[in-house]
Amino acid sequence: MSALDTGHQTGPLQRASSLAPSQGLAGRAARNTVATVVVVLAFVIAVIPLVWIILTVLQKGAALLPDASWWLNSQRGITPRIAGGGAYHAIIGTILQALATAVIAVPIGIFAAILLVEYSAGRLARVVSFTVDILSGLPSIVAALFIYAFWITTLGFSRSGFAVSLALVLLMIPVVVRSTEEMLKLVPNELREASFALGVPKWKTIVRIVLPTAFSGIVTGVLLGLARIMGETAPLLILVGYSQSINTNLFSGNMAALPLMINNDRQQALEPAVERVWAAALTLVLLVLVLNIAGRLIARFSSVKK
Amino acid sequence: MSSITGRSTVDQVPGPTGDVPRGRRRLGDTLFGGAANLSGVVVIAIVALTGVFLATRAVPSLLDDKVNFLTSTEWVPEPGNLRFGILQILWTTVSISVMAMIIAVPLGVLNALFLTQYAPRWLARPAASVIDLLAAIPSIVYGLWGIQVFAPHLTGLQKAVNDGLGWFPLFEGPISAGTIFIAGIVLAIMVLPIITALSREVFAQTPAANKEGALALGATKWEMIRTAVLPFGRAGVVSASMLGLGRALGETIAITIIVSSVAPGTDFFASWLQGGETFASKIANNAAEFNDPSSTGAYIAAGLVLFVLTFVVNAIARVIVNRRKAFA
Repeated sequence: MSALDTGHQTGPLQRASSLAPSQGLAGRAARNTVATVVVVLAFVIAVIPLVWIILTVLQKGAALLPDASWWLNSQRGITPRIAGGGAYHAIIGTILQALATAVIAVPIGIFAAILLVEYSAGRLARVVSFTVDILSGLPSIVAALFIYAFWITTLGFSRSGFAVSLALVLLMIPVVVRSTEEMLKLVPNELREASFALGVPKWKTIVRIVLPTAFSGIVTGVLLGLARIMGETAPLLILVGYSQSINTNLFSGNMAALPLMINNDRQQALEPAVERVWAAALTLVLLVLVLNIAGRLIARFSSVKK
Repeated sequence: MSSITGRSTVDQVPGPTGDVPRGRRRLGDTLFGGAANLSGVVVIAIVALTGVFLATRAVPSLLDDKVNFLTSTEWVPEPGNLRFGILQILWTTVSISVMAMIIAVPLGVLNALFLTQYAPRWLARPAASVIDLLAAIPSIVYGLWGIQVFAPHLTGLQKAVNDGLGWFPLFEGPISAGTIFIAGIVLAIMVLPIITALSREVFAQTPAANKEGALALGATKWEMIRTAVLPFGRAGVVSASMLGLGRALGETIAITIIVSSVAPGTDFFASWLQGGETFASKIANNAAEFNDPSSTGAYIAAGLVLFVLTFVVNAIARVIVNRRKAFA
């Protein structure tokens, strides 16, 4: 320690790296302290917006939520001037669109992950892996424009909840693929080999051995994927019109969703409308956070059993 | 008790990878492998078709464009007299993204350092989850919070910057209600979890020998980080930043809500204290008017540029990550 205590001698540390040779120990210790403070401060700065946003949404939006009518009624016939009505139309819209998305995206996502892990030898798997990366960085507005150009302009369908689901499929697939892939990779190879050694065909090994072992990871992926797509607004703006009434038909007519409900009234200045906007925001945050936290908890408490 | 192997003819015993020789593959294997391949092809097709369909819809309008698409600042895509160029949009998009990266990259790296090097074990995991939760908040909520709650707190700061540095084009007035500056900060918060998560991953992989070596030589914790952790994680931080940039370029509704749009026909301006429209918010603001194919084509052309931009940024990020993986 003596070489470091003086700090002026050329010790191995100074020669090995460019560590402030001219500074005394006090200077280095001070730098170290400053760095620690800055790093901890950075974490505090990162947490502030999270707390701030959640408190804001709670404070401005909590008033309407305890009321049963918020969960059971739509906005049919309600103008910004009138208080009342609920978000049922938007909640049901968000859930239906998310379910339709999941029905399409989950099988594709799981099979693509199986391709990446169980059939990873070919060139196809490498290209798919790269494509999934690209897909996970695809802006939602581009996904929406693609579905607009494909589904609406080229195939001639009209704007609908289902068109939104199609765009959301693009955003959900990468989440499901990556989460499933991670989990499949964790399944010990011994399990597969034991199964093959018993003469079990590959597909049955995957269905009966690999997938059940990785089941919790797949559920996590699906929940995180749902959380991601439920909060998306851009596809809704382009692919469906907002309706104040309840519409449970994904294939025709305007259809509400929570982000669309918020967007529709966000520029209103009248108190009842403003209150509903924040209440809808709180509802959406709750929905997304619950899915997100559930997904993470499942991932944590049921990792692959060895 | 029935065997799960079904028929167990000796010559169908699979090899070490579970594959049976060609020509004798079971129906189940053929179907299952086929389904896996099909899903892969679907994923590739989706990305390829996105490019193809956007291009097909954009090209006719681009050919009819009366002004230069790349260098014009006009955006008046009237059917029959299409005049649209992306210069102003590109500037706004890049400005907001750069602003976001200036804040988010250092903050993300510091947070990743906190989570991997400083936080005690019991805190590291919940703290990481808290940062991840920032990514879970829907962007429309960021938008609402950004313009209604956060923006008023920046009025003074923006005014001060404008008073002091108003002569510089970036800080010219008049200050809009929703500025690029505000949107950049909110966007920084939104991309922070991506940058933090990926940087955290690479920092956590720093070989213990490197860290212990630095400490054994008498380095302080910060010197250890500077000489062992940061150099090891450099490539990872670069690609994390690229992924964050990709997300920032494409963010739609938060920016649509926060940044005030400018009247069409305004001359080019560079100021970060004014409004503007990014590719995504331009499209979102006009989504209700997608009726005429030729004017819609103008917006699809903007979408195509955004697609290409994010594709390139993401591809670069992935190449860096994968190259690192190959050497690790």
